[in-house]
Amino acid sequence: MLITCPYCGPRDVIEFTYQGDGNRERPQPASQNLDAWNAYVYDRLNPAGDHNEIWQHSGGCRAHLRVVRNTITHEILSTAFARGGHKSADNRAEGRS
Amino acid sequence: MAEQHLPERQSPLEPEYHPGSHGNFEHGVDVILSETRPGSILQLAAWPGEEKRLIEIIRKVAGLALPDGAGGGVSSGARAVFGFAPGKFTVVDEAEGLAQAFAGSITPAIGTLTDLSHGRTAIRIAGPKAEWVMAKFFAIDFALPAFPLGAGRSTNHHDVFAQIQRSGADQFDIYVFRSFARSFWKALCHASEEVGYEVQ
Repeated sequence: MLITCPYCGPRDVIEFTYQGDGNRERPQPASQNLDAWNAYVYDRLNPAGDHNEIWQHSGGCRAHLRVVRNTITHEILSTAFARGGHKSADNRAEGRS
Repeated sequence: MAEQHLPERQSPLEPEYHPGSHGNFEHGVDVILSETRPGSILQLAAWPGEEKRLIEIIRKVAGLALPDGAGGGVSSGARAVFGFAPGKFTVVDEAEGLAQAFAGSITPAIGTLTDLSHGRTAIRIAGPKAEWVMAKFFAIDFALPAFPLGAGRSTNHHDVFAQIQRSGADQFDIYVFRSFARSFWKALCHASEEVGYEVQ
């Protein structure tokens, strides 16, 4: 599996570290909304198809990336720097609620 | 200015550093391995949005003009610079003291300066089979069009991080952690045996 890092170009998956589901919206640290925290910790879409993910190019430029990967074919549909605040596959903006 | 008494640097490669020709060199030596021992190895990082100011500081202080583009770099004899991550650059000088030269220019508002002179070991591989040997270690394209002169790459070998700069058409400078340098050097020597190598 190759992931195309926006900085380094196509690299083997061995250089990358999976940082988890990219659909989560982390509540503010001071938030006492238990439903929001519960959703952040436990709720996953678990789709059979295109999936928003966060990866880190830990064995290269070390940038955090927003990756859309197909969970059935492992095709990488898009990669972008996570820092950019790009919209994800389901058009949900990077959440900070 | 008070005279500085810097400790003499010992090479981590020393017990395994054997100058001369080795391996299958009966038909000629196809790669030359050496430790370049630069006096200064710095990592410069710009905060987001401050990259252009940092590139300008590198031009003023080190006299090196970074080309545009990810991984761009320039190698000019005693000094070299290359991008290894977004907004981050490695700057190398044969002489010591480059960190002091940058210290006044890189303010906390622009970014950070980390002196890695004692933390990295610089290994040079040169010769007609340099690309061939490098390709055995790193899963990146070493062909000249994909990896132009002066450019830098961040990658790893067996989870050991390495920064590579192309400092000549058939020459690469590899920066590895000092603590892993001897192990990497031994592997590099083994990988070079088949083409015949000389340690200088």
